[in-house]
Amino acid sequence: MKPKLNIVQLYPKDMNIYGDWGNVLTVMRRAQWHGYEPVLHEYNPGDALPTDTDIDIVIGGGGQDAGQDKIQADLIKVAPKLHELVQADTPMLVICGLYQMFGNFFRTKDGHEIKGIGVFNLETHGGPERMIGNIVAHSDEFGDIIGYENHSGLTYLSSDVQPLGKVIKGAGNNGKDEFEGARVRNVIGSYMHGSLLPKNPAIADWLIEKAATKKFGDFTPTVIEDRFATEARRIALTRPR
Amino acid sequence: MVDMPKPPLQLTTLLGKAVKEVAKIRGGGSALPGLFVETIDKDFISTCLSRLPKGVVLISGTNGKTTTTKMVVELLESQGLKVFTNRTGSNFTRGVAAALLGDIDMNGKLHADIAVLELDEAHAVHFVRSVKPRYSLLLNVMRDQLDRFGEIDATARMLRTIAEETSDKIVINREDPRLLAVSRELPNDKVLYFGLDEALRSKFPSDDDMRGASSQTARPPKALAVLEEAIDHTAVFSLDSKKHTATVKLEGIYNIFNSVAAVCLVKAILGDQADTARLVSTLESITPAFGRGEKLTVGGQPLELVLVKNPGGFRLGLSSFNPDGYATMIAINDNYADGRDMSWLWDVDFESLTPGISHVSGVRAYDMALRLQYDEVEVKTVETNLAKALQDFIKSNESQPKRIYCSYTAMLALRRQLAKITNVEVVS
Repeated sequence: MKPKLNIVQLYPKDMNIYGDWGNVLTVMRRAQWHGYEPVLHEYNPGDALPTDTDIDIVIGGGGQDAGQDKIQADLIKVAPKLHELVQADTPMLVICGLYQMFGNFFRTKDGHEIKGIGVFNLETHGGPERMIGNIVAHSDEFGDIIGYENHSGLTYLSSDVQPLGKVIKGAGNNGKDEFEGARVRNVIGSYMHGSLLPKNPAIADWLIEKAATKKFGDFTPTVIEDRFATEARRIALTRPR
Repeated sequence: MVDMPKPPLQLTTLLGKAVKEVAKIRGGGSALPGLFVETIDKDFISTCLSRLPKGVVLISGTNGKTTTTKMVVELLESQGLKVFTNRTGSNFTRGVAAALLGDIDMNGKLHADIAVLELDEAHAVHFVRSVKPRYSLLLNVMRDQLDRFGEIDATARMLRTIAEETSDKIVINREDPRLLAVSRELPNDKVLYFGLDEALRSKFPSDDDMRGASSQTARPPKALAVLEEAIDHTAVFSLDSKKHTATVKLEGIYNIFNSVAAVCLVKAILGDQADTARLVSTLESITPAFGRGEKLTVGGQPLELVLVKNPGGFRLGLSSFNPDGYATMIAINDNYADGRDMSWLWDVDFESLTPGISHVSGVRAYDMALRLQYDEVEVKTVETNLAKALQDFIKSNESQPKRIYCSYTAMLALRRQLAKITNVEVVS
C-alpha cells in the first residue's frame, strides 16, 4: 500500500477563485507521481478539521470580498488548531485572500478591519487601485517564481518575517518594498495566482517533501517530466505585464 | 482641453463614413472609425438611436452575447421589423458607432425600427448613461476577465445598473444566482425570466457548483420561457406555458438555452403581436454566430470552432460536445482581449478529453499542455504558432471531423488562416 498524505483544502466553496484548485490538483498529482496516495479533505465553514488522521499539507486560496467576510469567523474559530499545525512544521500554502487573513489584520479603505489569525506577523491595508498582471519574483530557494497577481490590498511584513521572494517584475506585496509573499516555518503565503504551483513545481515538491519527511522520515522523489512547465515558464517570462 | 463645438450630425456622418472607407481600404477593424466619430461628437450614438420607434434593446452577460444577439435580430426580422445591430462581436460602444456609420444615410438617419446591441458589462454601464434601453437581456455572470473587472460581484453590480436604466422590460436568466439576486431589487412588473427545467440544471455547471459551493435551493420564480428538453439538435421549450419543439442548427446545449433567452426577449418586446409559429420556424433556420460552434468544411470534413473565453464557457463547451470520433485542438492566446491570466484554465476539468487530443497551440500553448498533463490527457503536438499548428492539425487528421476550442484572438487568427483554404464568412 502506498503511504498516504492528507491534504486539507481550506474553504473551497468561498475561497476558490482564480485557479486555486490548480494548486490542490498539482500537489495531489505530484504526490501521486512521487509514489504517495494523496487524500483530499475539503474544509468549509462549520466543518470539523480531520481528527482521526494527520493533516499533512494545508492549502488555501483567494476569494471575493464577500467570501472573505463569510469565512472570517470560522477561520478565527479554527485558528488554534492551525497554529498548532504551524508549530509542528506542517507545510502550508495560502494564496491572496487567505494569505492576507493569515496575517494580523486587513484594514479596508473605509477603515473596516478584518481580523486575521496572525500566523504571519504582517498587516494589509486596502489600497487605492488593484495591482494586476504577470509577476516574477526571485527566491534563493525556489529560483524564479512566476505567477499572476490581482489584488488591491497592500501587505507589509514585520521585520521578523521573511518574504517568499524579491520582486523582479510586477508589484508583489505592496508595490514598494520589492517583497512578494511571506515565509514562516513551513508556511508560504503569496499573492500569486497562475495557478502558482503548476508553473513552479519546485514549490509543489517542497511542500510534498516537507510533508513526507515529517511523516515518514524520508522523501525519495521520482523524476517527473516537467518539460511543459519549463516551456510555460519560459514563455510566461516574455509576456507583457 | 478646450471643448470643440459639436459639428452638425450630417458632417459627423460624412467624415465618419469617409474614415470608415479609408479604414476598410487599409484593412483595419471597426475601432478606428468608431473612435473618430465618438471623439468629434460624443452624442453621436444617442442622437442616431433616439429616434427609433421601438427603441433600443441591450444584451449583456458573460457568455453567449454574440450568438444570442444574432438570434434576437433574426427572430425580430422574421416578425417584419427592420433591425439595426452591431454584429461584429466588437461589443464596445466604439463598435456600435462604427456599425452605425455603415447603416445610417448621409443625413445621419438610421432606417430601422429597433436596435439590438450586444455590449460587454463594463461598456454597457457607460452606454446606458447616454442611451436608455427600452429592453435588456441579462444572460449570466461568470468569472471572466477578472483582470479587467476585478471581481465577479463587481460584474453583477454592473448588470444591475443596466437593469435599473432599462425603461420597459428586463429579461433575466433565473438560473443564475447572482442575476436572481439583482432581479429581486427591481420592480416586479418589469422583470421577465427565462430558465431551465429542473432535469436540465445539472447540464449547466455554474461557477458556484465548481467546487461544491451551495447551489440554488429556493424555488425559482416563474419563467416566461423554459427549456424543457434538449436532445442533440431537438429542443422542447415552453413559451407562455405553451410547448414548442424546434430542430435547431445550433451546436451545444448552451446555445440552445441562449435561443430560449432570445425567444423570451422577443416575446417580451412584441407581446401578443408575436407570431409564435414563425418564431419557431425561424429559430430552426438560425446558424451559429462566427466562431461560436461555427461549422466549416475542410478537405470534405467538418471543422468546428468553439470560442472559449472563461472557465464557465469552456466547461459548457466540453460538456456539450462529444469528443468521440473527433480530432481535437485547443488554441489559447493571452492577448488583452483574451485575458492575460492563465489561472482560468485550472478551473476547467479536462478529463472528458481523455485519452488525449491532437494539438495545442497559441501563445500559451504550453500553459494549456501543462493543464492537460495534470488531468493526464495526452497531447500529441504542442506548437505555439497558430498557422503551423492548424496546418499540421488538418494534415494529420485528414479523414476525421475536427473541433478547435479557441480563445478569442486565437479564433480570429484561425478564421483568417482558414479563409485561405475554405469558405469562411467575412464579418466586418
